[in-house]
Amino acid sequence: MTEGTKLEWIKEFWRYKELFYFFVWRDIKIKYRQTVLGALWAIIQPLFTMLVFTTFFGKFAKMPSDGIPYPIFSYVALVPWTYFAGAVTMSGNCLIGNSNLLTKVYFPRFAIPASSTLSGLIDFFIASILLFGLMVYYHVPMSWGLLLWPVLVIPLVLLALGLGMILASLNVKYRDIKYTIPFGIQILLFITPIIYPISILPEKYQKLVKLNPLTGIIDAFRSSVFPNKHMDFGSLSISIVASIVIFFIGLAYFRKTEKDFADVV
Amino acid sequence: MRESVTVEHISKKYDIGKLQMDTNFREALVRFLKNSFSRSSENKVEIWALKDVSFSVKQGEIVGLIGRNGAGKSTLLKILSRITCPTSGKMNIRGRVGSLLEVGTGFHEELTGRENVYLNGSILGMTKKEVKSKLDEIVSFADVEKFLETPIKHYSSGMRMRLGFSVAAHLDTDVLFVDEVLAVGDAAFQAKCLGKMKELRDSGRTLIVVSHTMETVQNLCPRVLWIDNGKLRQDGCSEDIIKSYMGAIRGKWRTGINMNDIFGGVQESGYDLTQALNRIGTGDIQYIGIEFRTLDGQPKKQIFSGDSLKLRLHYQAHKPVSKPNFFFRIANEFGEKVTTLGTYLSGIEIPILYPGIGYIDLDLECLNIMPDRYYLTLWINRYSDIPGEKETLYNGLDRCAPFHVEYIDYYRSGRGIDKVWGGIFIPCKWNLNGLNSENVVVRDINV
Repeated sequence: MTEGTKLEWIKEFWRYKELFYFFVWRDIKIKYRQTVLGALWAIIQPLFTMLVFTTFFGKFAKMPSDGIPYPIFSYVALVPWTYFAGAVTMSGNCLIGNSNLLTKVYFPRFAIPASSTLSGLIDFFIASILLFGLMVYYHVPMSWGLLLWPVLVIPLVLLALGLGMILASLNVKYRDIKYTIPFGIQILLFITPIIYPISILPEKYQKLVKLNPLTGIIDAFRSSVFPNKHMDFGSLSISIVASIVIFFIGLAYFRKTEKDFADVV
Repeated sequence: MRESVTVEHISKKYDIGKLQMDTNFREALVRFLKNSFSRSSENKVEIWALKDVSFSVKQGEIVGLIGRNGAGKSTLLKILSRITCPTSGKMNIRGRVGSLLEVGTGFHEELTGRENVYLNGSILGMTKKEVKSKLDEIVSFADVEKFLETPIKHYSSGMRMRLGFSVAAHLDTDVLFVDEVLAVGDAAFQAKCLGKMKELRDSGRTLIVVSHTMETVQNLCPRVLWIDNGKLRQDGCSEDIIKSYMGAIRGKWRTGINMNDIFGGVQESGYDLTQALNRIGTGDIQYIGIEFRTLDGQPKKQIFSGDSLKLRLHYQAHKPVSKPNFFFRIANEFGEKVTTLGTYLSGIEIPILYPGIGYIDLDLECLNIMPDRYYLTLWINRYSDIPGEKETLYNGLDRCAPFHVEYIDYYRSGRGIDKVWGGIFIPCKWNLNGLNSENVVVRDINV
């Protein structure tokens, strides 16, 4: 693909930026309309997962947590994880969920996965507020590292969107993907250090787990909150590079297939 | 005028085999393995939805797309609106493009009327600012002011349609593609929609409309493209094409009379109605032709505002017909009556009409309607002798013939009369004796 068409593609998307904004706005509005608890749901999900994990893994299974109280140890990872899992699921199913739009109107197709990925961020930030509460409760000192918390969202979004675009494009053609996504997410939860610290793994497996791009990002989220846990820059760099690569692969595949969406979906 | 839409050799192929077979990973895998060993393509069924279609539309033109179901009209519209890509061929569209393939695309049940207007508007390509500035207009056009803050899941389907059409009607694009959406709402709203379309046309926008309703096409589009089996079968003036299209789908209906005999070979000055399609009534007597002549009986090929005119209505009676009244109506292209002339209104009573063919002449001293496209509606009925009993309709032909009244410089002032000044004109003469002025000039370009 030539530079010219790439530039045009970006320009085209820019012209439709308001539509993109309205998609995000729609997703957020619809999510909590007719719910009693509304935006509280953004907190409930990671909070209850944390409580269950704390009870079973922290209390009964005596899971080590690098000297950090297990509830906050897991919550810190669960907030980005919940976002990631939701974003991949949403964007992976976004095209078939909007098939009526695909077959009836023209607009840059990228707006659909992009808005599905971004609309979950609001939940992420709401859930982050509770994190401060937990930090106060567990006497975790506030540090400059916390500034990294919102920054780390960037590779997380790129990774989710990249995967989301690949899955969405495949999903249009092969509905098997719809069933694969929840299953894949479940597996990913266990091969990413969320429930456990990476330090409990044997050296050999640590290397393997670090190949998972989510590992470095989730670990960095933890390091940004706990000053004593130093940042594993090597692992984070791998994750960032991998996220960017996956994003561009996703984008390329999406662009290659998007012209057929309306015919196949 | 410059070209607004250019389509060159567009073709679109669908692989039906592929569509159906590959929706499952396992099957795709099996097929992939199979195909890598044998180079067969047994499952492939190719369908050419469009084959080598070329045409161009000038700015400000309104073009109707007609054809049977599955002929490729919608595919063409989808390609033009960039929803899907052509397999081969090129197209070029100048200016902002809007397309309306469905009313209320992207409406969400949980969102309010207002929210949906914003969402739908932006999906159709409007900016937030545009929607905001037109919101009141959109809402009042759709007649849903009272329910603006109600989630549309509580709307009736009519309200939803009206709101959807209203948003789209306020789309401010240079080129608009519309698919069969005119048929929304009740009669009053449909008239409103047609009015809006007329407004869009008058503002110089290019419009391509797909429709199955020949009436809509004939009313709205001077030019028609007939898509048949993926190919462009005919392109031209709407009444000719609609006629041959309707002929092709319904088969021909003949009375066995050679119209050439009646018209004496000058059909340009009239219409053969033997094959008219939207015929209603008992059929005891039928109109078979209409001719335009000058008052002294010469064929008249062009009709100008202010002309005198002889209309000859040809009929064929299949059995004795009692007390027939001949009616003749001129309506504008939006279906509004301009005038109705009838033997009944003029006080003529025909006790009985014998079987056979004949004609009745109608002399008009001055056709004082503005230059425009009109349609003629003809009918023959009988009013019952018993008061309160329904009339008998022998034959009705609703908008059976287009009727063009041409622009003319009636006063020879170099300033011709035009429909922008109103629906009718009254030939007049100014008397300047009372003017307290001098050197008044009366232009006469012939002097």
